[in-house]
Amino acid sequence: MYTDLVMDHFSNPRNVGEIEDADGIGQIGNPVCGDVMRISISVDGDDHIADIKFKTFGCGAAVATSSMVTEMVMGKSLAEAAEISNRAVAEALGGLPANKMHCSNLAADALHLAIQDYLVKSGREAEVEQILKALPKAPEPSSH
Amino acid sequence: MNSVYFDHAATTPVDPSVLDAMLPFFSQVYGNPSELHRLGREARVAVEKGRAQVAAALGADEREIVFTSGGTEADNLALAGYLQRFEPGHLIISAIEHPAVMEPARALNRLGWAVDFIPVDGQGVIDLEAYAQAFRDDTRLASVMFANNVVGTLQPVEELARIAHEHGAAFHTDAVQAVGSVPIDVRELGVDLLTLSGHKLYGPKGIGALYAKRGTRLTPLLHGGGHERRLRSGTENVPGIVGLGAALELATAEMPATRPRLEALRDRLAAAILEQVPDVKYLGHPTRRLPGNVSFTVRYIEGESMLLQLDTKGFMVSSGSACASGSLEPSHVILALGLGAEEAHGSIRLSLGRENTQEEADAFVEVFPPIVEKLRLMSPLYVKG
Repeated sequence: MYTDLVMDHFSNPRNVGEIEDADGIGQIGNPVCGDVMRISISVDGDDHIADIKFKTFGCGAAVATSSMVTEMVMGKSLAEAAEISNRAVAEALGGLPANKMHCSNLAADALHLAIQDYLVKSGREAEVEQILKALPKAPEPSSH
Repeated sequence: MNSVYFDHAATTPVDPSVLDAMLPFFSQVYGNPSELHRLGREARVAVEKGRAQVAAALGADEREIVFTSGGTEADNLALAGYLQRFEPGHLIISAIEHPAVMEPARALNRLGWAVDFIPVDGQGVIDLEAYAQAFRDDTRLASVMFANNVVGTLQPVEELARIAHEHGAAFHTDAVQAVGSVPIDVRELGVDLLTLSGHKLYGPKGIGALYAKRGTRLTPLLHGGGHERRLRSGTENVPGIVGLGAALELATAEMPATRPRLEALRDRLAAAILEQVPDVKYLGHPTRRLPGNVSFTVRYIEGESMLLQLDTKGFMVSSGSACASGSLEPSHVILALGLGAEEAHGSIRLSLGRENTQEEADAFVEVFPPIVEKLRLMSPLYVKG
């Protein structure tokens, strides 16, 4: 059972799509597992997220968490965005069913990968560890 | 918002006439059928009438019908109850069985039974050669479902039973999806054990039956007061038995009209979906399938999100995706057809029933393509071509 807020984000997802010439792109998940999330961001000169869009293959929870994370970090600084965890996204949605917490709750990880991509592309690799304290692990197809 | 129910393989509504038949047996004729007084005798008469109705629908003898709490218990009784008197040997089942057969087989495996899972082809039909070759000297039982719950494929049960008997093994079929939808005569089929369930055929939940051909020795799983010829103790579910009997009699009477109507509705709906939505694969056998089953996968998107979008539009359907089932694994049935996990995640099952109409099917064909389009535009796997 999903909360009303999950259903709202699922039925009317915010910020769907892909930013052309994005500053950073992060993708996580595996179609074999049934969830793939791709987040693209553009970053302004002040290190704030000027725009963010997502594309997601997956269940209701996967779509809703993707939509929610884009709302949570729009306009936020990279450092603030880096602080947001998968758990915080689920909590912002009023919770997720237990069996969805692990497999379909990866939107913050996709965001963090997008931030990492941006930092690497803009020659700020040295800052990755400082800004992203807990980088998401690479997805493993068979692990749930 | 209109609601359209396309999930009859999950369960069906109790037919109003069936409910009417059941109602007196809750608060008026509430006697225990084992008692000798008037209310007990009236309840006993009702139970035996239900048994006669079930037997008649299957071409069986009344003494060959054991009432159970449902399909799962009947399947467990068929496997564990039949095999209990043997030393652990060999058991054959198909790779696409319902968990109610799959899990008792696995439990028997833990008790020392060897179990072979026979593969199916891309349309869900059992590999007859592999099946015939799997039999061993110590094979005691083969169990292959009559009709698959996910993709609707009907199995060549008569031939499967004959092969089992040639090898000295008994044959069970889980016919939960088939009874009431397609003609079944246990004598013609030659099966030893057959499972059916009330709530799949417009009867109530909580009642099922096992047909056990005379001479097929079963050991009870439930011990107690010796009900059901000692095979299933526990006071009879009198309203349930009355409902199952009435529902099966009704389904059998209506089958000559309902079955061809549903088959035509099914085929038109499947053709329209395949025509309207690109990158859709129809699952199961094109003709040898349940009259109401329309099962397919949609590429690049996931089943649960389709199911939920359809639900918001009033259409109730089912999916074999991992997310929809809550199991984290896509349907073992769809994987057994040879599809990849990615495709299996995009599966949708529409199961039509007797109250469904062409208008409802047409409405589905209107609503579904935009949902697919919306989800595909959201999918990172989809590149519009």
